[in-house]
Amino acid sequence: MTTSSSGSTGQGVSLGMPVLPAPAYPDDVRARLEADAKEVIARYPGSRSALLPLLHLVQAEEGHVTRTGMQFCADVLDLTTAEVTAVATFYSMYRRKPSGDYQVGVCTNTLCAVMGGDAIFESLQEHLGVGNNGTTEDGKITLEHIECNAACDFAPVVMVNWEFFDNQTPASAKQLVDDLRAGTEVSPTRGAPLCTFKETARILAGFPDEREGAVEASGSAGPASLIGLRLAKGETSPARVVHPRAAATEGEAPHDPSPTEHLSSHDAPQDTSASDPAHPAGPTAEEGE
Amino acid sequence: MTLAAEIDNNDTSPEKLLAPVLSAFWDEDKSWSLDVYRRHEGYEGLRKALAMSPDDLIAYVKDSGLRGRGGAGFPTGMKWQFIPQGDGKPHYLVVNADESEPGTCKDIPLLFANPHSLIEGIVIACYAIRSEHAFIYLRGEVVPVLRRLHEAVREAYAAGYLGQNVHGSGLNLELTVHAGAGAYICGEETALLDSLEGRRGQPRLRPPFPAVAGLYACPTVVNNVESIASVPAIINRGKDWFKSMGSEKSPGFTLYSLSGHVANPGQYEAPLGITLRQLLDMSGGIRPGHQLKFWTPGGSSTPMFTEEHLDVPLDYEGVGAAGSMLGTKALQCFDETTCVVRAVTRWTEFYAHESCGKCTPCREGTYWLVQLLRDIEAGKGSMDDLDKLNDIADNINGKSFCALGDGAASPIFSSLKYFREEYEQHITGKGCPFDPARSTLWADRTDQHRTEVNA
Repeated sequence: MTTSSSGSTGQGVSLGMPVLPAPAYPDDVRARLEADAKEVIARYPGSRSALLPLLHLVQAEEGHVTRTGMQFCADVLDLTTAEVTAVATFYSMYRRKPSGDYQVGVCTNTLCAVMGGDAIFESLQEHLGVGNNGTTEDGKITLEHIECNAACDFAPVVMVNWEFFDNQTPASAKQLVDDLRAGTEVSPTRGAPLCTFKETARILAGFPDEREGAVEASGSAGPASLIGLRLAKGETSPARVVHPRAAATEGEAPHDPSPTEHLSSHDAPQDTSASDPAHPAGPTAEEGE
Repeated sequence: MTLAAEIDNNDTSPEKLLAPVLSAFWDEDKSWSLDVYRRHEGYEGLRKALAMSPDDLIAYVKDSGLRGRGGAGFPTGMKWQFIPQGDGKPHYLVVNADESEPGTCKDIPLLFANPHSLIEGIVIACYAIRSEHAFIYLRGEVVPVLRRLHEAVREAYAAGYLGQNVHGSGLNLELTVHAGAGAYICGEETALLDSLEGRRGQPRLRPPFPAVAGLYACPTVVNNVESIASVPAIINRGKDWFKSMGSEKSPGFTLYSLSGHVANPGQYEAPLGITLRQLLDMSGGIRPGHQLKFWTPGGSSTPMFTEEHLDVPLDYEGVGAAGSMLGTKALQCFDETTCVVRAVTRWTEFYAHESCGKCTPCREGTYWLVQLLRDIEAGKGSMDDLDKLNDIADNINGKSFCALGDGAASPIFSSLKYFREEYEQHITGKGCPFDPARSTLWADRTDQHRTEVNA
């Protein structure tokens, strides 16, 4: 922890030198960011509203929110660094230390955790050799557990740079991080082919993703989003009507799957591997552990 | 009289029970684009709305009976009516797209597949409340949705639905898409406004209410995504059509999000008042070989239900009468393999993590709930702890600054009500009797053939 010794006589614990002002961005960087900041500020009736996007913007520059970045925000918005710091430390998407190109978040809120998120998070920690909020030595991946990301019908969910990787398993998640570390192009179940964390942060600052095909990537809607619509249109008959009270008793079903067959395998939702043909990593035997 | 009353009888075919409106064309290529939206009568509601006077429009939406889809169920038209007119101040519309309530997953797929329904609703709402600047506060953690919102807003400007003199109506309207930065509390409307003003997201004391002093202390309407997105269809097809669905006090259609240990999780758009039993019957039920144990009607902040509540009509009154809240219609289903203590502990950890720290009951209470629950789950609790849990939850509930505290208390109260024995088992057995491996998505998959084909 850095701390200032102002007013202290230094008795007992040495508090050291006061923290020096943050170094400024190089002139060219500052000029570029100021032009961006001007555009962001113009979107709001009150300039301070631009603070959250500007923190995303400085994160797009450096990969995390530095003291330099916060000083920049304070300067362009005419705020104190204390005011900026108070905001930057409140929100969980702002990283406060150098981190990886890919922010891998495993949902461990109740539903995803129960559906396998806990197992996925454990196996990734072991596989990558890092703990929560840890970054791999190659600087590629920062692992964290995240809260509910509004994709419960695709549980368990893993987010990479805030793109959706649906219906994950420990094996598919390990394959995913291996691909990311190997530099293989990785596409989410829902979202656009991955860009780096910095590039993602720029989109969050409100600058549209200009990459060809990024908006339409992964289609209109995920399989689970369409399941009610398809039923309503009579396109799929339910695999089997199970009275919840009698769920354990089988036999009168129109389609009686073997005990080993996943019931919904013929329609949606698909495994990630099936809906993401580029990464045919399916469930493997070890997951049953 | 109502569709809900009719469907209670015996017709269980999905074609009859479901009513896709917002989701009606999500299966089409580029459903999120302006072209496709227009092919499905997109912006027709706006055309009709602009032919009405703003006051008539507010009255019309009020008459339709549309209620807020974000959890509280407040009548949307009434919220609009609260905006003082002729006050000389700017008015703002802020759309709450900070969908973060555990279990809730309706607005994100809606915005991903059909963002123009929201934009059209925004233009209509702004015309009604005389606002020239609207904001969409989208949670930051959903970049695919942000991308499509950026694109949809660009298209809407280019087509003249936004900007100066919208379609010759004299309405000038700017729309700003604003990405949040990760904080559940920003879904609380006054915390959202503080966040949108560039501050820590902490709730404000009310009154004054946002309708009087909201964003920049100006009159502001804060509405949920689905509420606003439902407006164009109401205007286009008429309030009588809307009221033909659901019940008298809960009219219309809505998105139900089925998740967890069900055969077919996903979005099911239906008239208000459908039951979980009907949804499960049509969709394949609980995953094979298992039984429903507990479920939430509208996210983790709504008191949980059990099997005995399968026939509760999922509308505002029905769920309320059964002791919970309709909330966000996030139907999280857990089967008999799930440990309720584990589930509640995890939710409570979430509330403690997301408590903004502004008020003491919530900040301290959620912290101590987590300590007690972790001990109980690990088999280190005592019987006294159960009463203490209840007592702490009671000191949070209704005594906190905002509804986050009430939400934190809900799973505690309801799980102790229905599953006290299971808590006791953890204490007397000195540990959790459940095997978490049995609850996973892949727990029942042992098919080697499929594994090999896929691998």
